[in-house]
Amino acid sequence: MATTAAAPAYAGTHEHATSGIWSWITTTDHKRIGVLYLFTAMFFFLLGGLEAILIRAQLHGPNGQLLSAEAYNQMFTMHGTTMVFLALMPLSAAFFNFLVPLQIGARDVAFPRLNAFSYWVYLFGGIFINLSWFLNAAPDGGWFGYTPLTTLQYSPGLNQDFWVLGLQILGVSSLAAAFNFITTIVNMRAPGMTMMRMPLFTWNTFVVQILVMLAFPVITIALIFLQFDRFFGTNFYTTAAGGDPLLWQHLFWVFGHPEVYILILPAFGLISETIPAFSRKPVFGYPVMVYATMLIAFLGFGVWAHHMFAVGMGPIGDTVFALTTMLIAIPTGVKIFNWIFTMVGGAIWFTTSMKFAIGMIALFTIGGISGVMHASPPADLQQTDTYFIVAHFHYVLFGGTIMGIFSGIYFYFPKMFGRMLSEKLGLWHFWLTFVGMNLTFFPMHFSGLAGMPRRIYLYDAHQGWDLYNAMSSWGAYLLGAATLIGVYNFFVSMKRGPLAPADPWGAPMLEWSIPSPPPDYNFAAVPKVTSRYPLWDVKHPELTTDVPHTREGDKHIDVDVAGKHVADTHVGNPPNRSAELAQASTVVHPTARQLGIPMPTPTAKPMAAAFFMVTMFGGMLFFHAPGPDGNKPLALTVILGSALAMVTALYAWFLTPLEDEHH
Amino acid sequence: MSHAASLEHGQHGHAGGHPPTSTGLDHKKIAVWAFIGSECMLFASLISTYLIYKDRSIKGPFPHVACNPPQCDVARPAILDIPVTSASTFVLLMSSLAMVLALAAVESKDLPLPAGAGAWTRALRSSKLWLFMTALLGTVFLMFQAYEFTSFVHEGLTIRTNLFGSTFFTLTGFHGAHVTAGVLWLLTLLAIDFKRGLGPNDAIHVDIAALYWHFVDVVWIAIFTLVYLIQ
Repeated sequence: MATTAAAPAYAGTHEHATSGIWSWITTTDHKRIGVLYLFTAMFFFLLGGLEAILIRAQLHGPNGQLLSAEAYNQMFTMHGTTMVFLALMPLSAAFFNFLVPLQIGARDVAFPRLNAFSYWVYLFGGIFINLSWFLNAAPDGGWFGYTPLTTLQYSPGLNQDFWVLGLQILGVSSLAAAFNFITTIVNMRAPGMTMMRMPLFTWNTFVVQILVMLAFPVITIALIFLQFDRFFGTNFYTTAAGGDPLLWQHLFWVFGHPEVYILILPAFGLISETIPAFSRKPVFGYPVMVYATMLIAFLGFGVWAHHMFAVGMGPIGDTVFALTTMLIAIPTGVKIFNWIFTMVGGAIWFTTSMKFAIGMIALFTIGGISGVMHASPPADLQQTDTYFIVAHFHYVLFGGTIMGIFSGIYFYFPKMFGRMLSEKLGLWHFWLTFVGMNLTFFPMHFSGLAGMPRRIYLYDAHQGWDLYNAMSSWGAYLLGAATLIGVYNFFVSMKRGPLAPADPWGAPMLEWSIPSPPPDYNFAAVPKVTSRYPLWDVKHPELTTDVPHTREGDKHIDVDVAGKHVADTHVGNPPNRSAELAQASTVVHPTARQLGIPMPTPTAKPMAAAFFMVTMFGGMLFFHAPGPDGNKPLALTVILGSALAMVTALYAWFLTPLEDEHH
Repeated sequence: MSHAASLEHGQHGHAGGHPPTSTGLDHKKIAVWAFIGSECMLFASLISTYLIYKDRSIKGPFPHVACNPPQCDVARPAILDIPVTSASTFVLLMSSLAMVLALAAVESKDLPLPAGAGAWTRALRSSKLWLFMTALLGTVFLMFQAYEFTSFVHEGLTIRTNLFGSTFFTLTGFHGAHVTAGVLWLLTLLAIDFKRGLGPNDAIHVDIAALYWHFVDVVWIAIFTLVYLIQ
């Protein structure tokens, strides 16, 4: 497979700029798109966090004066919508983009331009929803937008229009990414990497993309119905015409429950990478981890109505959905035990990443247990729409997803930016997050059980809620401070952190065999994979003796960088950093052109297509512009003009070959 | 621009080149299958909603014979015209046949014609003819649908009238939009065929269009059965 020595026979390749804003706008490199996702999602994470802090400030004491009822409704709706669709999913997408091709030994994703399109649709969609703030019309119907509250009759403003159209836009981004990553994982694995040798993060990504592929069309249709009801006067959710508002709840949660696995599985994948690396042991029960992931995804489609016990589905419906929901605890519990057994007997290295991973296991378990509690309909009837539910899903989404993603950021930051994050600041970041998270959300269990409903902007004193709310609010401020420390660490380390070697953690996967940050082509020669832990096979064969291999004695992965075999760079535990750093600073990596590797050409066409798609959706708003019947001519002009521009951009994109485009 | 039809990450032979795919299939084929999987859920949601809302419209017009005397004063005829729709269904099914022939013609473009090949054999080998026929039959189907929608509006059924109108127009309208997209796709392939000729190297581009086209056809069979035939 050694293409290292090949002459630059590929005449069309020319060097692509790697700095300047135009290089980011036109990039088709999965790693740079991953970085774009990371920065954008971090921005929205901070925005959603700010909204959360305003919510907590309003609820700090009885009869808070900070926010009006309208502003409060907008705040909690946008907090949920932002965190789910604009922060957590894209933070996961940052890792899908950056890591999956590296983990499977590929040079890019299957469709690099489609990948850029996904990102730009996400960015413009996120901006679109947040533009509503400037019209004082931010969505205010809750993140699950129940009908009939969100129909035109009860929400006549532009607020829910922004929400419906914004979610449609973001769905396009997720679906395009799903088709891309399914194809990448199925079709671009390096020789020897069978499905059952894929890193667990890639496995989780694969299952998540299948969930996106099957769940997002359902919310697309639910939103289409709502959009048609609001804009064209159809009757899908109109009770007066015989329509059933519960149709929305069913369709939304058929999407919405797989969605929570879409949110958590990437974090499961990340800590399935960090825990074995920092325990210096292969993951415990790899095949069972894979099957558990699949089982969670499969069962995830059969539990949606546990969000709806309070609507009264009757004993059979309640029982079925209670049982399927409790069943999901089994594969999830299996994963938790497997992570614990991976650590048992390992030589644990307590890095910040590992602390976040262990914290994730603990906090997610708490959230999982409260989840099993309201899987039981009688218990749920007491807990539904109270702060108990808020406590539950923040333990799984903050304690689970965010802690897992932080673990991933501390682990992969050196690979992304070529520098190490500060472990000292990381220590503060972790402990303040851990304490702040528990201080914020643990009291919510009690305020919920004491009867405090969700989504109220005022409460009177002396109902037994005052202390819990004050605790939650102080916890939220602490979380805000902790997050700022993390952000400070991120930006300072990007500039001034110590240089990172190729493999700072002595980790087992392919991505650590190439330089940090990787060259644009990733792998100078396509690696050959002989087991689940390709780099340990080379560097630490003693760790993988129990792992199935292609054949004994064939434990080489053929990774050449500048003619130097990576396997020779270091052996030892912990890795010999000074030697690696000396190498990292002296070696000039050959360019793709010198290696004769075809690279996708930068292009702004996906961005143009994304932009006009968003204005096409956005044009719908003018139907509800001030005036007796909206501004129909303007709406039609914007929609049709944008559609024409989008189709033109798509044709220009599709009819240009990926790699031959000359400028 | 030499590779006019290159969509994304094709298999054109560069030095250095791409490693072979894990499955041996083209990326585009897997992506289209994933897309079709997603589309299944899209149409499943639409069709389920139609079935859930069936017979729940408060006022007419209704899809099938709603009631006859003496249950109501005047007999209300079915608004759905099964014979006409059977004809349009036949047209769409035939378009799938034309699609198969188009793909076969593209794949066998480089094979020499058998000695003494007649007009029919030559016609069978014309990718332009069959791409055009597929697009034409798709367009005829769309014209049937336009006729159907127009006549329903004249009979007092719009998307706002009742639940049947909302669900029916949304479901069949979504299908019609898919057919329209397919026709545009086929016409694009036809234009490329006229411009530089489609050969076996382009078969994958026709292949994925055909997959999509057959899928849209299959969805119509489900809609025709569930909406029109079953009362």
